[in-house]
Amino acid sequence: MTAQLLLIQALNGLQYGVLLFLVAAGLTLVFGVMDFINLAHGVQYMLGAYLGATFAALAGSFWAGLALALPATLLAGLALEFLVFRHLYARDHLAQVLATFGVILVLNEGARAIWGSAPLQMRLPEALSGGIQLMPGLNYPVYRLAILAAGLGTAALLWLLVERTRVGALVRAGASNAPMVAALGVDIHRLFMLVFGCGAMLAGFAGVMAAPILSVEPGMGDGVLITAFVVIVIGGIGSVRGAFLGAILVGLVETLGRALLPDLLRLVLAPSPARQAGAALGSMLVYLAMALVLAFRPRGLFPARAG
Amino acid sequence: MPRWREAALPLLLFALLGAAPWIGFGEGYVLSLLARAMILGIAALGLHLLVGGAGLVSLGHAALLGIGAYAVVVLDAARVTEAVWVVPASILGAALFALLTGAVAVRTSGVQFIMITLAFAQMAFFIAGSLSVYGGDDGYTLYGRTELFGRRWLEDRLVFHYLCLALLAGAWALVGMLLASRFGRVLRAARENALRVAALGFNPVPYRLLAYVIAGGMAGLAGALLANATEFVAPSYLAWQRSGDLLFMVILGGLGAPHGAVLGALAMVLLEEWLGHWTAHWRLIFGPLLILAVLFLKGGLAGLPAQLRGAGRG
Repeated sequence: MTAQLLLIQALNGLQYGVLLFLVAAGLTLVFGVMDFINLAHGVQYMLGAYLGATFAALAGSFWAGLALALPATLLAGLALEFLVFRHLYARDHLAQVLATFGVILVLNEGARAIWGSAPLQMRLPEALSGGIQLMPGLNYPVYRLAILAAGLGTAALLWLLVERTRVGALVRAGASNAPMVAALGVDIHRLFMLVFGCGAMLAGFAGVMAAPILSVEPGMGDGVLITAFVVIVIGGIGSVRGAFLGAILVGLVETLGRALLPDLLRLVLAPSPARQAGAALGSMLVYLAMALVLAFRPRGLFPARAG
Repeated sequence: MPRWREAALPLLLFALLGAAPWIGFGEGYVLSLLARAMILGIAALGLHLLVGGAGLVSLGHAALLGIGAYAVVVLDAARVTEAVWVVPASILGAALFALLTGAVAVRTSGVQFIMITLAFAQMAFFIAGSLSVYGGDDGYTLYGRTELFGRRWLEDRLVFHYLCLALLAGAWALVGMLLASRFGRVLRAARENALRVAALGFNPVPYRLLAYVIAGGMAGLAGALLANATEFVAPSYLAWQRSGDLLFMVILGGLGAPHGAVLGALAMVLLEEWLGHWTAHWRLIFGPLLILAVLFLKGGLAGLPAQLRGAGRG
């Protein structure tokens, strides 16, 4: 493993991390502010990818696809909130898990009915195709760097919004103690809808950006959902900062673990078992990290809730 | 006698399952469907002990079931197919995993417990996928069903049907007894108010751990049966979606009484199959049904009679 490959894997890990952050940010806010477990957050990501790919194919341009998919995922999120989720805020976590699982079933199957089971392809935008030379002999796709930049930019915007504006203060207060915020005269339901819509759009944004480099298929959101849950548990539920650091950590650990462990294990094992054990261990690493965090810091690394 | 009235519905359910082969459900394909529902019912009963009794929502129960199934695979590959060895290995293997992971997990509660059980289950899932000796991701086909005292009793559909039914009824009785006992009362009290239970001098952690290990053993037994029912085991048995399915059986069936888990398992398996016959996109119907059940069936299927009586009075 050369330094160049290590650099490429680290960049891949960072880029995976920022995508995870975009999904996890909405999840952690919805969970933190509304105390609502939304398993259907992963399908918002899938919906973003499908809508982006479809609109881009119809309009013939990646940018048009992106511009149309964002408001569409926002609307889809608000519609789901109005139809299903709104009736679940007062219920316990079990009811929320069950009902949002029902939403996953419907949307995954709906995607299969409309777009078919075969993966959809989305073309890279012209301006961002091709590679860029980072150092001699090391080419890296421009598009992946663009994802990294867009993710970091969105994270910075979100940070400004949450930390520096009045609405952000309300959101933070809601994550810390929602009943108190409601008691102080804030329309908590409007706040819920705002957080929910933004979260859905962020997940959709991540889906559109991931569409050209991953295959767009039914169920693509399920794996992302579970990893995003790992991220917010590691980072601390309700904390945007925790979600960001957790996402970068998980992205790097998973990517580097999968890339490096088979080689490391080859030092002590034969090549074939080393490859298998390395792949298994690489996939396990993030869960191992989460188990450790939960065992020693049950409220996560950056807890948001007071008390 | 209120206790008999409580038991009337589950006993009727078991009687119907017992009569099923003789009242027009005796075809091989229907029987294997019912066997699958009963086996998942055994695992769901263990999960009911955790969720309904201790208030511990596990999203990793399929891993325990999968470990029970993989115990059958490991022994099968070593040409050990005698139930006297296989079944205890499945139960103890799953119980041991539950003991080791539960020792960490039961110290947390709520969402943290959900996530930590998921984490351990995912680790088991990835390990199962890397076991290339046993087929890796592709799974492992058994040479044959488990033998009992050297004979292949379980090959017979009816024997297998009644074996699953007997074990299901036994698991139901066990969970009912445990929940009604002093042990179960401590579990439920700690779910309602852990602080007060601690003030009374009970440490809830060993009680919860024991419940987790018992549920693990039951899932291991179900895993051994499931491996025999399908004669095939794959890592997908341990996937988190399967854990979700088990959890939904328990909640859909209702947390008020143990037979809710049995009702939930039967309802999920049969509804899936029935809708699947109707349309390839059966999940488009199943999903909304699930959502409606959550919104309107607050006591689950087991609470439906009481809910209807309440509605009639109101």
